[in-house]
Amino acid sequence: MTITSLFLYVFFGTATCFLYFHLSNLVLDFASKKNTKKFSQKSVLRPYIFIAPAVIILVIFILYPVIETIRLSFFNKTGFEFVGLKNYFWAVKDPEFKRAILNNLGWLLVVPTLSAFFGLVIAYLADRLWWGTIAKSIIFMPMAISFVGAGVIWKFVYDYRGPGDDQIGFLNAVVVSLGFEPQAWMTIPIWNNLFLMAIMIWIQTGLAMVIFSAALRGIPKEMLEAARIDGASEFKIFTAIIIPYLEKTILVIWTIITILVLKIFDIILAMTNGQWNTEVLANLMYDWMFRGGGDSGRGSLMAIVIMIGVIPIMIWNIKRHKEDQKS
Amino acid sequence: MNKNILTKITINLLLLVFVIVWVLPTFGLFVSSFRDKDLLATSGWWTTFKTNQVNEIYRTKTFEDQFEQDGVFFIKGNLLNKNSGKKIINFGITSKEMSKYKVNEKAKLKNQSEIEIKENGEYILRSEKPFKHKRGKRIFITALSPPKFTLDNYKEVLFKEGVGQAFLNTLTVAIPSTIIPLIICSFFAYALSWMKFWGRDTLFAIIVASLVVPLQMCLIPLLSIYNDVGSLFGVGAKSYPGVWMAHTGFGLASTTFLLRNFIKSLPHEMIEAARVDGATHYDIFLRIILPLSVPAFASVFILQFLWVWNDLLVGLIFLDQVPSEIILTAKLRELLGSRGENWEILTTGAFVSMIVPLTIFFALQRYFIRGLVAGSVKG
Repeated sequence: MTITSLFLYVFFGTATCFLYFHLSNLVLDFASKKNTKKFSQKSVLRPYIFIAPAVIILVIFILYPVIETIRLSFFNKTGFEFVGLKNYFWAVKDPEFKRAILNNLGWLLVVPTLSAFFGLVIAYLADRLWWGTIAKSIIFMPMAISFVGAGVIWKFVYDYRGPGDDQIGFLNAVVVSLGFEPQAWMTIPIWNNLFLMAIMIWIQTGLAMVIFSAALRGIPKEMLEAARIDGASEFKIFTAIIIPYLEKTILVIWTIITILVLKIFDIILAMTNGQWNTEVLANLMYDWMFRGGGDSGRGSLMAIVIMIGVIPIMIWNIKRHKEDQKS
Repeated sequence: MNKNILTKITINLLLLVFVIVWVLPTFGLFVSSFRDKDLLATSGWWTTFKTNQVNEIYRTKTFEDQFEQDGVFFIKGNLLNKNSGKKIINFGITSKEMSKYKVNEKAKLKNQSEIEIKENGEYILRSEKPFKHKRGKRIFITALSPPKFTLDNYKEVLFKEGVGQAFLNTLTVAIPSTIIPLIICSFFAYALSWMKFWGRDTLFAIIVASLVVPLQMCLIPLLSIYNDVGSLFGVGAKSYPGVWMAHTGFGLASTTFLLRNFIKSLPHEMIEAARVDGATHYDIFLRIILPLSVPAFASVFILQFLWVWNDLLVGLIFLDQVPSEIILTAKLRELLGSRGENWEILTTGAFVSMIVPLTIFFALQRYFIRGLVAGSVKG
């Protein structure tokens, strides 16, 4: 890929797309001018010109694959032979799969909770200081970078050298300077999961912080001042007024991060590739897509397990939007 | 009053701790990418800024370089590189006593010769008899090395490791993958907000549901569609247009959702007035809606662009992992596997992959945050 072909590619791609809309609308305009009597009829066509590309893509890239994935989970590895629930029975007994489920549950428990907690604390602190905006900017920054990039950043922090050598990983340097033995953090089961989760928390705290920060501004100032005049401590104000006030925001943040965590993939692939008991569903699925020539049955099954985790949130979302629509 | 000050200090300190913890890992990576690779492998990045003590071994010149003056033989030279900036503290001539002599002291060698070394590495070998050594004499030095920064790592990573190529590949993936959904979805969002057609509400409900559908649900069937289409035309299944379409598909729901919410919030009197004047929906879209939606477009553009730029999974599955197609994140992951201990390559590579997102982030933070807050539920 050279720079010239980059420009050509970009031009070709976007021009095709733009031309479709422009030409189809011109044709429609031309046709409706010719027979003005049928103007209303032609106008009926226009919405379909507007929505056609999006709907076609939606069907090909989302709706059909979702149904097909459900179907494939009842078929064998090549997808041609119906095997009923065989894949599901296999999964229940597979130790790797069990490990992945357990780890995903751990991630679901720890990451949204701590991200939301740190986000709230930071938003609350930052809104009261003159340099709070700068602080928020810095804490938000990891949101902009890729999970793989974040993986490299933290792999460097967790780097391990044998005892006696100079540690170049920050964490081990701290540990050694406190007089302990350096550890190969990524290879200690259970703990290594926590160190991987820390990366995700590091990234997602910024998101929680921004959303909380917006919500905190909605709290009536009079209420807080009244509490202060009555002599309530900052801690008391935080727990008794602010947290109950933010209940809905907390729920929103929690669902957003939950969805992200269910699909967690890049960090695991880059850091451990599921070794040392760090396997998660999305990584296991990626593995099964190609392991032994690929097993679409087992791969699909894992996608469905992730999907099942998302469904309650999906239903809640749709309900919320139906209510929004009415009001 | 006292209590107030105490609270204030606590708040400041607490936030400072958070900021430090959050910025330190990235900062370490940033600093490391400019460090000399040998230093990087042996000392922590936090030692970059202080002057280090290093132990090194050099060899003097051989007998060929000697010259005679008043019956005495000399060899002159400099152990150190001119630009190294190192300062020698002490030196030795055997590995057992590496720092026996102070700088400017004379060390006695075998054959009644002696050596004198200056702080800047200049040395003089002096002997009554002619020198005969064919290999230079070994000199062990302890020196102070000042902080040193270099762009060598960037040269190496960009041009030798193929990260520069991957950077261009990522641009080729990311730009169309951002513009195409933006065009398609803006029309779609307009239709969902202001046009009447059969099934509109159902379609919007499907969009809201699709927002959270995990990408993983679509991968296996899509991959087999791609393979079928590829073999139908006798070409490879993986190509740039293919990956644009995949990103368009996966970004469709969130892009439509955000744009629709914005377009719906525009005053409907305006659109109705234009309709009465005989403007078609296409005119209204181009002349009224587009100019008004620029801020929303900016948010959506940044969000989708960063999402595509930072994506790994789609790039792994829908592109070949060859130099002409591999994207930055995939390249980085490959380097993590193959060059896992070469931190100068990993840190620099990671930083190259972060330059574009970080620039966008610092330049357009407002739009970025607005978009994220409004649509961070992408599937």
